[in-house]
Amino acid sequence: MAERCAVIGVGQTHHKAKREDVSIAGLVREAAKMALADADLTWSDIDAVVIGKAPDMFEGNMMPEIYLAPALGAVGKPMIRVHTAGSVGGSTALVAAHLVKSGIHKRVLTVAYEKQSDSDAMWALSVPQPFAAPLLAGAGGYFAPHIRAYMRRSGAPDYIGRMVAVKDRRNAMRNPYAHLHLADIDMKMVEDSMMLWDPLRYLEACPSSDGAAAMVLAAEDALSGQYPPAWVHGTAMRSEPTMFAGRDQVNPRAGRDCSADVYAQAGVTNPREQFDCAEVYVPFSWYEPMWLENLGFCDLGDGWKLTESGATAFDGDIPWNASGGVLSSNPIGASGMLRFLEVAMQVRGQAGEHQVDGAKLALGQAYGGGSQFFSMWVVGSEKP
Amino acid sequence: MSAAGSTSRTPRPVSVASFAQMQNVRRDDQHNEVEMLMPVVAEVFGNIGITKDDVDFICSGSTDYLIGGPFSFVMALDAVGVWPPRSESHVEMDGAWALYEAWVLLQEGEIDAALVYSFGRSSLGDLGEILALQLDPYYLAPLWPDPVSLAALQARALIDAGKGTEEEFAAIASRSRRDALANPRAQVANDIPADTLMQEEYVVSPLRRHTLPPVTDGAAAVVLAAGDRAQEWGDRPVWITGFDHRMETHSLGARDLTSSPSTAKAAIVAGVADGPVDVAEIHAPFAHQEIILREALGLDKTVTVNPSGGPLAANPIMSAGLIRIGEAAERIRSGEARRAVAHATSGPCLQQNLVCVLEGA
Repeated sequence: MAERCAVIGVGQTHHKAKREDVSIAGLVREAAKMALADADLTWSDIDAVVIGKAPDMFEGNMMPEIYLAPALGAVGKPMIRVHTAGSVGGSTALVAAHLVKSGIHKRVLTVAYEKQSDSDAMWALSVPQPFAAPLLAGAGGYFAPHIRAYMRRSGAPDYIGRMVAVKDRRNAMRNPYAHLHLADIDMKMVEDSMMLWDPLRYLEACPSSDGAAAMVLAAEDALSGQYPPAWVHGTAMRSEPTMFAGRDQVNPRAGRDCSADVYAQAGVTNPREQFDCAEVYVPFSWYEPMWLENLGFCDLGDGWKLTESGATAFDGDIPWNASGGVLSSNPIGASGMLRFLEVAMQVRGQAGEHQVDGAKLALGQAYGGGSQFFSMWVVGSEKP
Repeated sequence: MSAAGSTSRTPRPVSVASFAQMQNVRRDDQHNEVEMLMPVVAEVFGNIGITKDDVDFICSGSTDYLIGGPFSFVMALDAVGVWPPRSESHVEMDGAWALYEAWVLLQEGEIDAALVYSFGRSSLGDLGEILALQLDPYYLAPLWPDPVSLAALQARALIDAGKGTEEEFAAIASRSRRDALANPRAQVANDIPADTLMQEEYVVSPLRRHTLPPVTDGAAAVVLAAGDRAQEWGDRPVWITGFDHRMETHSLGARDLTSSPSTAKAAIVAGVADGPVDVAEIHAPFAHQEIILREALGLDKTVTVNPSGGPLAANPIMSAGLIRIGEAAERIRSGEARRAVAHATSGPCLQQNLVCVLEGA
């Protein structure tokens, strides 16, 4: 029988285009120390460390946990390095949760990061490989055709993507850690920005950020910290093949199966009603309506209507990405963990200016690769 | 040293139900990673008559730096064929740690079976350059210290401390590759006496060529089973009775390279000393490291070490640790051993170490 697990500490860096003031070790340590302080713990209280990040080529440092072990207080402890593409920040938190749920450890520190300024992610994603079509345009070029397919299927008007871009950047104004603080963002400003990958304009894409996220997860008999714990009500991962004829890349089955699994664990039958907020991996604006449908917050084809109605806005009935989301901060390896961390902050009531009033149950989602990798968790203020 | 931080608990019994590995070779330029893995995955399922639909979780271990491109694990998943979508994860570590992650999930009692696999083609690049990129990117990597030179520093320290001699290193290499003659999947197997090996020139003093691991392309897979499935899948379950792994600091200057405290600590938590050890499969890529690890694991001279030939007979990066667990399990399944220890390592000069204790019924 699995043990209960809760988030008792969270920390994140100020995400920026270039964090030239810190090394990679300094970056991860900044987030980790903040999470420890939030949990009222010190390094010696931690039993194990789980670290995650996106491809090592983003910094040019192979298996960096080897070098980062002392900076994260992992000497003499178990340390695991997770890598599951863009979903990695979420998957990393899930591996840490399993170390607690299995009863093996009492307190686990989990950290995820990216220091994109050390390299060029688009270059690192585009290394030519034998017998494979080159991906010369990075992630945006890969996803743009999927977005076009969504627009055609759903009949969504073209301004929906711009609405998401404006909404998430306005939310980021409430989040002191967000990379982008675009005070004068509006529909016109997004529309006037450069077209990158039709239909995606510059301001509909996530930034490249340096940043790290950290959490302390604990067993029921090892709780501490100034805020109430965020209890983990459900955890799930799903993967599907990258390419085959029967695959729906717009509404991937792995995402639907993953949410069905995590909702069943958490007793969620109506996500829009039961969740108070959600942090969902939206690196390009149109992924909000696409994931609204994939995650069952509305019927197929209605995601864009939900966005258009304002339901997902900060003052809507189901705020999505109150933190500003991936569109406002994108330290790739940490972006998934930030989704998981932000919902923990919401149900602990520690989200400050972007706190959703009375948030009790929330969904964190991350996806990666070409939308074939998913990780999710549900956290709540009540014990499961 | 106590098992500080870990809760005292009896682990849920999990069996290493099946093991398969590729023919280890110096260079496989006929297959990509998926093609390398497919027969291994087919064999690991075929051994016990199951299919991918019988496992609840999949976890793999690999590194992008061997293929020289991002997301090397992504396409590798096609070797399993994850449709309908499956619960799946990946560590950028040796497959032994992927097996650990799967074992952790099995401890929760909600799933009963997992597939673990790992792969890597060391032949695609220059391992000396690639593994240098594993080091501190600010202070060490820019100096490009290659793994052989770092291992030579360790071997020299061992000699200076009076804990090993070049003759002993040669004897370990001679024994390993002689034992490998009985392992059809080994890459390097021969019967050359230690005093003949001592005639070789130094590669990096005090390491001669025979003390170095071969460069190997390889892949391996394991099926883990718990509950009823452990009994159903094969008539000789091999139980994991202890499992732990520990990290050391990165700075070589801050470590005593002649000992392995992380292995010793993992051995205590895994309970190596709780019973007699018949066989140990040790991930010591360099011959002298077997001396350090034997001491850290507390193995006396009666323990048979690396009957498969060990990493000196085949050292597929990212799989060599997982293969140790598989080989140790096979010694128990065949009846040659009742209790075995498997070990895996990562990082320069044995920086991170994993210990797994296996027992027959």
